[in-house]
Formats: sequence, structure tokens, C-alpha cells
Amino acid sequence: MIQVNGDPLEWTPGMTVRGVLRAKRYNFPLLVISIDDRQVQRADYDTTPVPDGAVVQVIHLLSGG
Amino acid sequence: MSHNEAAPAIIPCAVDFTQRTEYHDGIEAIQAAHKVLKEVAFTPSLPQKGYNDRTLYVDLTTREIREKPVTQQMKDLFVGGRGFGLWHLWNAVTPGTRWNDPENEIIISPGPVAGITQYPGSGKSLVVSISPQTDIPIDSNVGGFFGPLLKFSGFDALEIQGKSDRDVILFIDGQKGIIRVEDAPLDPPDSHVLAEVLTRMYAVDEADRTNISVVCTGAAAEHSLIGMLNFTWWDKRRGCVRLKQAGRGGIGTVFRDKKIRALVVRGPVVKADMNHPADLETIAKTGIKLHKEIRTLDDSQCKMRRNGTAHIVEIMDAYDLLPTHNFQYGSHPDTHKISSPVWEARCSQMTVDGCWYGCSMACAKGADGLVLKTGPYKGHMVTVDGPEYENAAGLGSNGGIFDPDYLLELNFYCDTYGICTITYGTLAAFTMECFQRGILNLERTGGLDLTWGNAEADLEMMHQMARGEGFGLIAGQGVKKMKELFIAKGWGDPQLINDIGMEIKGLEYSQYLSKESLAQQGGYALTNKGPQHDEAWVIFMDMVNKQLPTFEDKAEALYYFPLFRTWFGLMGFCKLPWNDVAPADNGTTSEPAKIPEHVQNYLELFTATTGIKIDRETMLMQSARVYNFQRIFNIRMGKGLRANDAPPYRSVGPVTREEYESRAERYDKQMLEEIGVDPAGKSVDEKIAITREYRMARYGKLCDSVYARRGWTPDGVPTMARLAELGLDVLPEVVAIVKAHGG
Repeated sequence: MIQVNGDPLEWTPGMTVRGVLRAKRYNFPLLVISIDDRQVQRADYDTTPVPDGAVVQVIHLLSGG
Repeated sequence: MSHNEAAPAIIPCAVDFTQRTEYHDGIEAIQAAHKVLKEVAFTPSLPQKGYNDRTLYVDLTTREIREKPVTQQMKDLFVGGRGFGLWHLWNAVTPGTRWNDPENEIIISPGPVAGITQYPGSGKSLVVSISPQTDIPIDSNVGGFFGPLLKFSGFDALEIQGKSDRDVILFIDGQKGIIRVEDAPLDPPDSHVLAEVLTRMYAVDEADRTNISVVCTGAAAEHSLIGMLNFTWWDKRRGCVRLKQAGRGGIGTVFRDKKIRALVVRGPVVKADMNHPADLETIAKTGIKLHKEIRTLDDSQCKMRRNGTAHIVEIMDAYDLLPTHNFQYGSHPDTHKISSPVWEARCSQMTVDGCWYGCSMACAKGADGLVLKTGPYKGHMVTVDGPEYENAAGLGSNGGIFDPDYLLELNFYCDTYGICTITYGTLAAFTMECFQRGILNLERTGGLDLTWGNAEADLEMMHQMARGEGFGLIAGQGVKKMKELFIAKGWGDPQLINDIGMEIKGLEYSQYLSKESLAQQGGYALTNKGPQHDEAWVIFMDMVNKQLPTFEDKAEALYYFPLFRTWFGLMGFCKLPWNDVAPADNGTTSEPAKIPEHVQNYLELFTATTGIKIDRETMLMQSARVYNFQRIFNIRMGKGLRANDAPPYRSVGPVTREEYESRAERYDKQMLEEIGVDPAGKSVDEKIAITREYRMARYGKLCDSVYARRGWTPDGVPTMARLAELGLDVLPEVVAIVKAHGG
């Protein structure tokens, strides 16, 4: 299990940041993501693993009209 | 995709963007019928450090035209734009003034920084009037060329009072130094025709068309309370006029009540330094930095250059925030039919498409080649701007309409008839839900089958509004007055009607679902003018990021963001370049949601234009003066207290069984974990009642926290101490109002 913005999410082996975004249906482009307080760059979403038990913050910036 | 990857290929649009129905015939006859009713000369001037230090006052009753000085106190307290508009309006009206009284005004003011061509999003104007929908001041921001060209003709604001006895055009020639009021008996009523005609009529030659901007509305503004104003610019590449809207609050209705057919400005040829700023080099340097950022990052971020704000249609759907069926639900299986790839393909993508010079964010999107299926222009081929997100959601999903061509047609007719797309979308959705629930039926709508998704009936309602007949006439009064009428006629349960009618203070909600974000409930309801997202859009911070867990956190957000965003309206800035692109290293800053680098840009642009050094605190103080002044203005007009900040329950929680059941897991969880009541064994009606009591109490606590943070009493009145902090205690009438209400 991992925590994403305070909510539990089931962890799966090989889970990446991209996998977390997919599981949460987070499709907003302006994100600031950290895993256990370490920031992940956008270019690394596909390759950065998310370990079991991680605390993930996906900060959505503001947008829209 | 990282920011340095190649951008995805543009989806080609097969439509020829130069083809459309032309409206040139008959211009000579229209022009021949124009009679000069009043003409005065003035000395054109250019601003110095952003200000001309004069405004233009026109009384349409007496046809008095005169200049008024901009005093140092005006600049110190109200800065410009919305601030100037509110100050002029305050001095023009009394507490008893209503929207259609002659003393009501329409004020257009672009702000001191407006008109710079180096920084994206710097051509906005603010329009202020007493609203026919809310009976309090409304402010509406708009692009297009009118504001900057007015300023470069020599005026920091245009203040129009009185009522004409016939249809008139006010023409301001900033090249020749002439202001004329002209009789306009034959001018066509609707904006897409009228603006084409007037642009050609007042330009001396084809090249001069870029120096012309028209403000006009349309036929529906005459028969409804939801009229808006179109502000134009000449699109050289397409060879046609484009429109941007000051939409909210019914200012177009005031405009036609004054019998103004159009305002036309002919400004000088725009050059880079026309504000005569204190430090052009800094403005240029700051602009280049943002241009580069947009060029490098936009394709991997919001794609504003390709989709404009429509890029968030599918995003709002994914986060359960897209208003669907009158804000009942937050997503729909058919959203993909009106999502951004559809608009990317439908809009011509041949060039940078902005509503003022130098805007590389260029979010205006022309959809060309639309052949209309209904109405007085049936069969015509037109270009329509949009849809922006609000239009796609309001005219589309909120009414269950997922046909892009019909959505464009609704958008087109809103624009040319001169009605607000946001307001129309919300009121149409309300009528559809009333139809679904039997509050309305075929007999009561005069045969309009307002079933969800019936775009033809929706369009017919709009055409009726423009003709001033049938149920369209009723709908055009807006949600608040429809609620009162339906209740008075005994057509349904009053509580249900009030719960599902999405308006506060008389203004309809804009297109975001707020019911799962307490902070956004306040972001809508604790606004000055009514529920418009341009004060505070905090749903992601609150609902998704969970960054605002306490009432104090929410209150802080509802203190900062409304003030920060008010500042754009004082200056002439568009909000979009602030946060629809973010610097690559924004995530490493302490407050990424505020986009600190862009805030710094704005401070530098203000200082470089005016020569006045400000910091972040000063920026918020500039806004806070105007924001609190507007709150006191509301109180002066009989609103602006806690009772006027009460939201309809649909914006706070589930009204109906279907709504509850659609998110039962969320609501049951809240009941168990936050309310401390086990939902097991309870009926849906019981659970709705328990949830309602809890959520409304929570909203009340939010009000307490926000009022305290803003320096207001528990009844929502700015305190004398707050007034003194802001320097507004030098205005005796303001002080008297505050004291009279216990502030």
C-alpha cells in the first residue's frame, strides 16, 4: 500500500510514477510530484519506481478560466 | 513527454479559414442614415508611465461630453481598471439606483499596464456597471483592442451615463481628435454583422481596420437580463472581425437600455512604447523570458496555443468536476465528443491567434466554416471563437449536449445575440432539470422539449430570447427570477427549486462542480460579484492535493487568491499567462501554486511601467483596497452581508437521491469518519438530510474563518480597523456605511 495525497492506493510490483498517475486518473499536466519528499522530474515519470509504503505527493497547480 | 521533446503533430483542419458569409452589402445606406447628434474635439494623447490622467465622460441623456481628471487619490486608492470603474460608479449612483436608471453607468477601463505589447496577456479591459441580475456592481474582464486603443487615444477610462432617446453610436477618433454621438437607425442588431459593418465604415482604408475596435451586443440583450458586450479586433489573416466578451452580469442589457448600438474607437497605429513606460528595457526583457517559456513548455504543459482553455474539458471530467446535467454530476461517458482533440481539429491552427498584440500564449481559437442549421442566419457560413472551456462545459455537458457542431452554433448565437455563454449554459441546464423533474412541461415551455441533450430546443429557446417571445423571454430573466416565478406559480417544491437553481446574488455559477470542495464553495459564494471562478479557483488545492485541511488553511487561500487575482483587473492583465504555463523549475519553489517567478514578473512590469516600486505586500494592498471597497459598495446597495453569501445547496452537496447514490461511497465514508454516524441501515433520504446538516454547518464555519482572515465582522462587514489599514478611512461615505453595519 502507498499513500497518494493522503489516500491509500494499492501498491503493485514495478509501479512507477506514471502508474500512480494512471491509477488515480491524474491527467492534469501541471504537476509537482514527490516520493517521500524527493521531487521527481516530469521526464522521469515513466522510469521512477514507487516503492511499497511510499508517501507520494501529487500537487496539482491551478489552471483554467 | 519532457519539455524538450518534439511537439505532437498538429491535427490539420480542412476548413478554408478565409471563406465565410460576408455582410458588406448595404453599408453605404447604413452610413448615410447616420446623423451626427453631437461632436466635440479633443487633443489625442499617449499615456505617460501608463496613465493619461484623464477619463472621458459621456452623458447620453444630455449628450454632454467632457474630460475628467484622474486624481492622484484615484491612482493611489484604486490604481486603474476595475478600481477606476468602481470609483466612478460609486460617485454616479445612490443606494436606490437600479440597473435601468439613467444614473447607472457603464465604465470601461484598461488599467495602467494594459496595452504593452511585450508581455503576453496585457490587453485586457474591465467593464463595470450596476448589474440587472444582481443589483450590485458587476465587473467583467475582456480582451480585444478597445481598451488599449481607448487608452492610446488619450483616456484611462470611458464613463457612460444617461440614456439616449434613440439608437446611437459613440465614435472616438483617437487619430483626428474627434468624439461623435451618431444617430444609428439602420444598423444591424447582431454583433457578427454589426462589427463587420462598423469596422469597415470607420476605417479609412483596409490597413486602418486594425486600428478600429467596436463594442456591441445583440438582439437578445434587449429582451433579457443576461446581455453581454463583445469587444472586437480585426483579424488580418482571416479578413474578418473577431469577438471577445465581457460576459458576466448583464452589462449588455444595460448597454441596450441606454440605446447604445455600439462604441467605436479608432486608435493610432500601435507601437511598442505607447505607454511611455519608465523602463521599457525591463518590460522587454521580462516579456522575452515568458515568450521563451511558453515556446519551450506549452506543448508539454497546457497546450494553450492549440486548445486554449478547452484543454481542461477532459481533465475536469477525469477529476469528476465537469458540470453535467445542471451540476448534478461531474463526468459523462460522452465527454470525449467535446474534449480538446475535437476542438484542436475543428479550430484553424494556422497562426498565432491572440486577442492583443504580443500574446504568444494565443489562446483565442477561431473555428471557421461553421454552417448554421437554425435561426435567422441559417445557412450562413461563419467563424466563431471558441469554445473556451466555460462554453464547452456550460453549453455542452451541463445541458447534456455532446454534439460539437451544435455546441459551436450555441456559442455563435450567444456571441452574436449578445448573451453570456456561462450564464446561458447554467440557466439552460436549470430549465432542463426542471423539465426532467416536471417543474416545467411542454405546456409551460410553450412546446419546447427541454430534454437533456436536445440542442435544437436549446437553440430555439435562445432564438426566442433574441426575438423577445415565448419561454425564451422567461429564461432570459436568469435563474434567480425563474426560481421566483416557478415557485410563485406553484410548479414544484420550493426547496427543490431553490436547491437546484445555481445562482448566488442573482448571478449564475460558472462551470465547475464545487460540491466536493468546501474551499471552492467559498471560492464561489464568498465573491463580490457572484459565483465566478476568476476570484478563487482552489478545487485542486483543496479536493485533490489536500493542501487545505483546516478552516484556517482554506481561509488563507480565500484571502490570498481573490486579492491576487483582483490585481489583474486593476492593471489590464489576463490571468492565463500567470498559471497556464509554469517555469520549468517552478516545482522547486516553496509555493508552486502561486507561480512565484510570474508574480515577480508582474511586480517588475508594474514598476517598469509606472516607475512606482512595489513588492508582494504592496500588490496585495492595492487589490485589498479595491476588493474591500467593492464589498462595502455591495453593502451600500443592500447586499454584501453574510445572508447574501448563502449558496444553493446543489453547490454544497447532493440534493437528490440520484446524486447521493452516484457518489454513495464518498458520502457514506464522510458520514462514518467525519460526522460520526454509521450510514448502515439508513435510507438515502435520511443520509441526504444528515449530510446536508453537516455540510451547511461546515460552510457556516468556513464563512467565520474567511471573514476573520479578511478583517470582516461575523456578518461580513469590513471592520474600521481594516479600513484604516487600507487607507479607505479617508472616504467619509465608506466609513459611514461600515459604521452603520457594525464594522
